[in-house]
Amino acid sequence: MMASNYNAKEEDGHQPAAIGHGGAGTVKNKKPDNTAFKQQRLPAWQPILTAGTVLPAFFVIGLIFIPIGIGLFVTSNNIKELEIDYTGGDMSSPCYNCSQSYSWNSTKPCTCSVPFSLDQPFESNVFMYYGLSNFYQNHRRYVKSRDDSQLNGDKASLKSPSKECEPYRTSDEKPIAPCGAIANSLFNDTLELYYIDPNGSRTAIPLVKKGIAWWTDKHVKFRNPGGNDNLTVVFQGTSKPVNWRKSVYELDPSDPDNNGFINEDFIVWMRTAALPTFRKLYRIIHKKPNMTPTLPLGQYILEVTYNYPVRSFEGRKRMILSTISWMGGKNPFLGIAYITVGSVCFFLGIVLLIIHHKYGNRNHSADIPS
Amino acid sequence: MECKENWVDTRTVYIGNKEPPPGAEAYIPQRYPDNRIISSKYTFWNFVPKNLFEQFRRIANFYFLIIFLVQLIIDTPTSPITSGLPLFFVITVTAIKQGYEDWLRHKADNAINQCPVHEVQHGKVIRKQSRKLRVGDVVLIKEDETFPCDLILLSTSREDGTCFVTTASLDGESSHKTYYAVQDTKAFITEEDFDTLQASIECEQPQPDLYKFVGRINIYSDRNDVFCVFFRPLGSENLLLRGATLKNTQHIYAVAIYTGMETKMALNYQSKSQKRSAVEKSMNAYLIVYLCILISKALINTVLKYVWQAVPDKDEPFYNQKTDTERQRHILIRAFTDFLAFMVLFNYIIPVSMYVTVEMQKFLGSYFIMWDDEMFDEELGERAQVNTSDLNEELGQVEYVFTDKTGTLTENNMEFIECCVDGYVYVPDAICNGQVMPGSTSMDMIDSSPGPGGKESEELFFRALCLCHTVQVKEEETVDGIKMGIHQNKATSFYISSSPDEVALVEGMKRLGFTYLRLKDSHMEILNREDEVERFELLEVLTFDSVRRRMSVIVRSTTGEYYLFCKGADSSIFPRVISGKVEQVKARVEHNAVEGLRTLCVAYRKLSVAQYEETCHLLNSAKLALQDRDRKLAEAYDLIEKDFVLLGATAVEDRLQDKAADTIESLQKAGMKVWVLTGDKMETAAATCYASKLFRRSTQILELTTKRTEEQSLHEVLFDLSKTVLRQHGSMTRDTFSGLSADCVDYGLIIDGATLSAVLKPSQEDSSQGNYKEIFLEICRNCSAVLCCRMAPLQKAQIVKLIKSSPEHPITLAIGDGANDVSMILEAHVGIGIMGKEGRQAARNSDYAIPKFKHLKKMLLVHGHYYYIRISELVQYFFYKNVAFIFPQFLYQFFCGFSQQPLYDTAYLTLYNISFTSLPILLFSLIEQHINMDILKKDPSLYRDIAKNSLLRWPIFIYWTFLGVFDAIVFFFGSYFLFNNSTFTSNGQMFGNWTFGTLVFTVLVFTVTLKLALDTHYWTWINHFVIWGSLLFFVIFSLLWGGIIWPFLNYQRMYYVFIQMLSSGPAWLSIILLIVISLLPDVVKKVVCRALWPTTTERIQVASHFTSVTPLLAKCTKVLFE
Repeated sequence: MMASNYNAKEEDGHQPAAIGHGGAGTVKNKKPDNTAFKQQRLPAWQPILTAGTVLPAFFVIGLIFIPIGIGLFVTSNNIKELEIDYTGGDMSSPCYNCSQSYSWNSTKPCTCSVPFSLDQPFESNVFMYYGLSNFYQNHRRYVKSRDDSQLNGDKASLKSPSKECEPYRTSDEKPIAPCGAIANSLFNDTLELYYIDPNGSRTAIPLVKKGIAWWTDKHVKFRNPGGNDNLTVVFQGTSKPVNWRKSVYELDPSDPDNNGFINEDFIVWMRTAALPTFRKLYRIIHKKPNMTPTLPLGQYILEVTYNYPVRSFEGRKRMILSTISWMGGKNPFLGIAYITVGSVCFFLGIVLLIIHHKYGNRNHSADIPS
Repeated sequence: MECKENWVDTRTVYIGNKEPPPGAEAYIPQRYPDNRIISSKYTFWNFVPKNLFEQFRRIANFYFLIIFLVQLIIDTPTSPITSGLPLFFVITVTAIKQGYEDWLRHKADNAINQCPVHEVQHGKVIRKQSRKLRVGDVVLIKEDETFPCDLILLSTSREDGTCFVTTASLDGESSHKTYYAVQDTKAFITEEDFDTLQASIECEQPQPDLYKFVGRINIYSDRNDVFCVFFRPLGSENLLLRGATLKNTQHIYAVAIYTGMETKMALNYQSKSQKRSAVEKSMNAYLIVYLCILISKALINTVLKYVWQAVPDKDEPFYNQKTDTERQRHILIRAFTDFLAFMVLFNYIIPVSMYVTVEMQKFLGSYFIMWDDEMFDEELGERAQVNTSDLNEELGQVEYVFTDKTGTLTENNMEFIECCVDGYVYVPDAICNGQVMPGSTSMDMIDSSPGPGGKESEELFFRALCLCHTVQVKEEETVDGIKMGIHQNKATSFYISSSPDEVALVEGMKRLGFTYLRLKDSHMEILNREDEVERFELLEVLTFDSVRRRMSVIVRSTTGEYYLFCKGADSSIFPRVISGKVEQVKARVEHNAVEGLRTLCVAYRKLSVAQYEETCHLLNSAKLALQDRDRKLAEAYDLIEKDFVLLGATAVEDRLQDKAADTIESLQKAGMKVWVLTGDKMETAAATCYASKLFRRSTQILELTTKRTEEQSLHEVLFDLSKTVLRQHGSMTRDTFSGLSADCVDYGLIIDGATLSAVLKPSQEDSSQGNYKEIFLEICRNCSAVLCCRMAPLQKAQIVKLIKSSPEHPITLAIGDGANDVSMILEAHVGIGIMGKEGRQAARNSDYAIPKFKHLKKMLLVHGHYYYIRISELVQYFFYKNVAFIFPQFLYQFFCGFSQQPLYDTAYLTLYNISFTSLPILLFSLIEQHINMDILKKDPSLYRDIAKNSLLRWPIFIYWTFLGVFDAIVFFFGSYFLFNNSTFTSNGQMFGNWTFGTLVFTVLVFTVTLKLALDTHYWTWINHFVIWGSLLFFVIFSLLWGGIIWPFLNYQRMYYVFIQMLSSGPAWLSIILLIVISLLPDVVKKVVCRALWPTTTERIQVASHFTSVTPLLAKCTKVLFE
């Protein structure tokens, strides 16, 4: 369409410039400018990919990638990670009873203790995760079922949440705060760790619940409506999400900085996971000031307050303890991939060298028809 | 006599809009449009609806509109903005552009419509706005004014009733043309006179043909109370066209007959042909493939979704319930909406921006052709002209070149060489254009003295040539067009004619002693050898046409004798000759033709008074006919031009154009088959072909001419030829590898018009006739060069069509300069016009116009080649980058329960094609040069590398698609393994699905841009700027997009996602790793292919590259290897 218009313009533009008798005037007008751009002769770097030019790059990539890969691999291997599945699917599992006798309305919490042992001490900060499998936090209906402006403290949205929150928008004619499927399905198991001294006594391990959510989420994206007012008042007239046992302003009554929408457990849950098997940061076990390891080797007990049902969709629940290096948790993938790619590049470099040596001369000496 | 033929396709115009005298005929006022020119398409009110309608008629826009509507209606994964915004952008930009252009047109229209004209009303001149002019108005035009509408010339300020006009703005011909006033109104020279004029004009309804007009003027006079009517035929010589300009005439009076949008100029505004390039066709084929992929993807996902959901609690787990309305929907409706939602999710696989980019590329790219300094001709002061930018890349695909001879291969700058009277040869002192021709100075003016009887026929011959022409004399210092200076005692005068042959002949006669002075009061004046002025009254001119191939004049000498002089092609004269030294002249003509000279024969016939009157009658009755005038005239001419006495023949040389031979050789080396199609006779044409190296000495000439078919039947000749050719065919295939080596026998075919029409004649009785076409094609295919001579204009187009529709469907190019080439220019895939001396018709109807034949070389070998590789990369790359973009989304559906969850954020979905990856490829497609243009010109065989649409073949398309799929898999699974149940931040915090998508997207944008960078062979500063700039833009945009809580958005899902991602070391490492993995196979493939199976192009690239950097590099690798 553009082109045809352009044609029309060309024809319109047939100005009678050629009428002038002498050629000189018209020549000047019609003569194209002799600029490098218009003559397509801009100075240019003209690289071509030949075996010869690519060779060094391959070797360099090989030489860089392999050490990086080895470094990553070693780092990943040094990370200690322990994963405990406490779903309670089979009879032998300590949580079997809890998993079977589940009901949202039960007022009496079901607890179970899972004993485990550490073969190696965990040094430095230890991060405690809970993991879920077969849980589609990335389902479209689920992902969009939230109201970010409500979570950001907008009072209008608090009273009338976004349509996206349906069917978790209102309950008993009252708006739900926080609305939506994500909030409604907040993970509500409580996990506690106990160290069993060799003498048999249990020591509770201090679990820190601050610093598990993104700083920006906690301080900017999530805001309680009305700032630091009394949350009970602020949330008056709203209803708690149907699956919750307590209201949003009762999430952590002990700490006003961790209550309401800015409760870190809540924020962590609200960041929907990318894949159906995921883990979320639950608690941090800070390293001790003295030289003793954060988690010495020995016997432990994981105390679970079993609230969250996963049996209906064949999900699994896990507790993960992991140390963290600069590259994060245990993940051998990057290291292996780097080593593989580095080796492949190196190998290709050698193949190309042979090719270049064998055929290279033929290319730039002989048979150039010109 | 008074009977009025009242048919619909004529109109009656009353001059001055006066009612005819009673009794003439009923005055039927007809309604004509006013003289308003409307070249604009829209008005203020209809712009929006009309423009939108026009834009949505395009299939691509329509497709996106549908997607947009689907997004609006149903609940889809992406917001309507994602497709609405690009669509809105495209539509708005186009609308603004079109609106602006239309506004310019409005402005131009207004300027034209309001410019003042002088109308003669009731004996007075009044000023009027041009748009208010009506049919029938008498207007006064002064010198250098432009005609406001189509006019019939009534009278002029010149005594002889002529005026001069240039039609430069109509057809680009800047030479002055003479127009004639109607004989009977010549005398009306004042405004008052016109008040008394009572006349009407009957003419055909408006037609776009600029060069054709038939009409009749009826002049009523009732002198002495006797009412009588004169009829006078009107032809195109009386019709002044709107847009032309009056020159060298003080003023004229004329009557408007066609106004406003009915003028011939306005009728010619309609766009001509819609040619589509081969690239566009493959693009559409690819689009269909992608549409199929899209639909099947959506189908697969829909089916899988329902299979997956069949397990209870998968569809609606406790944490993710549906609303009641969703639950109540019928399963089929749900499935259908799911299908549509998947379509919407994947719709980006069909690149919306590709159409826009392709159009921009073509539009902007065509400027490089116009800007090309090397295609500028100093002499003409013209540069290459692009009439359509749709076919730029087709220039790189040409397989057959059909070229005209005269004016295209040759200069069309005629030099009179010799004449032959009764077998005696006369050579004028060899001065031409003031240059002494080498080698002929020793010749005598008269080769051999003729006998006493010869003297008479000699002078008659010279007079014939002095009289039988349509040359005008211009007494001025400078005149455009064809100039031939005659330095007489007084002012310089020039001969001007639309035919350079005639100028050369008259010029030649002058040097032989007979000077044509001028045409005065319909008397032609000749200065003879004795410096006496001879006067002949010019009675009739039987103008030249390409069918008759001759022209005649009828004159009366002072002694009262009537002569009919005729000159024309030998084939059209000899059959009509009854006496004269035919044998000698024929021999000389043939001799000259072999030399490559253009020959004309001259003959005469003495007419008795009775014969003359009969002739007059014949002509007038034909001229007065309103219908079929052309046919009737031709019949009349046929009757008049007969029983000639042959006088002699002339020879005019038409030199080859500069570098014509070199160009033809290059084209042949580039694998193109060059055909010469000419109306000239075989010998002349063949000589030109040898001179232009179309035929070489080694070429074996096959003839398929009337001469041969007279001896044998056409059937046998054809089979003979095909046998000869096919015998050689086996060895030909071997040679195709080594190119057109000199030692292989190549064939040249010569065919003439008559034989061609016999070959092409549709089979009548037996089926074997139908095969002729195929046998003929078979022969042609195996000939390196074909010469078609004695071609009628339509036959030229027929040949082009024949080749076009042959089984291989080759791409054809036709190049020509004259009106007779227009048909083939329009027929061929690419039509190229030469801005020649025979007017601008060819250039106007062509797709591209160039000043000289030699420019064709650069046009095809450099520009065509570049545009082809540029656009093919553009098309492939667009599909590639959209596969790489969308395929991860497809894969993601397997991990999100087929819920149509988009992987990328809305902003990324929207901007990927319109800003993150759009500019680098557009720029690449404008300035990429894979090989230096000097090398392309020097080595035409490189053109073969891209022949047959080779860069857009299916295997290559599939390669690119698979590359896209591979890259997508790398992006997706690379990120997947990184995210899979593990942490990759140093503070233990987790990332969500948007970080996952952002990681994939970042890798995608970098990979896709770097892939283009790897393909770029020509890195100017602009490339650096655009490639690194667009990557930088992506990063800055992402930082900004995630850096702020955007108040107008109802979600904040991207808040700090990008920044958090970049704060993690493994994310950086994986981005680098994934980019390397995605680019690796392509690099390896390129390098290995280049090393093991290099194409010619690649070899040349390496060669030219290594001349600069080899020594160092070779040393390096050697050291490494040892």
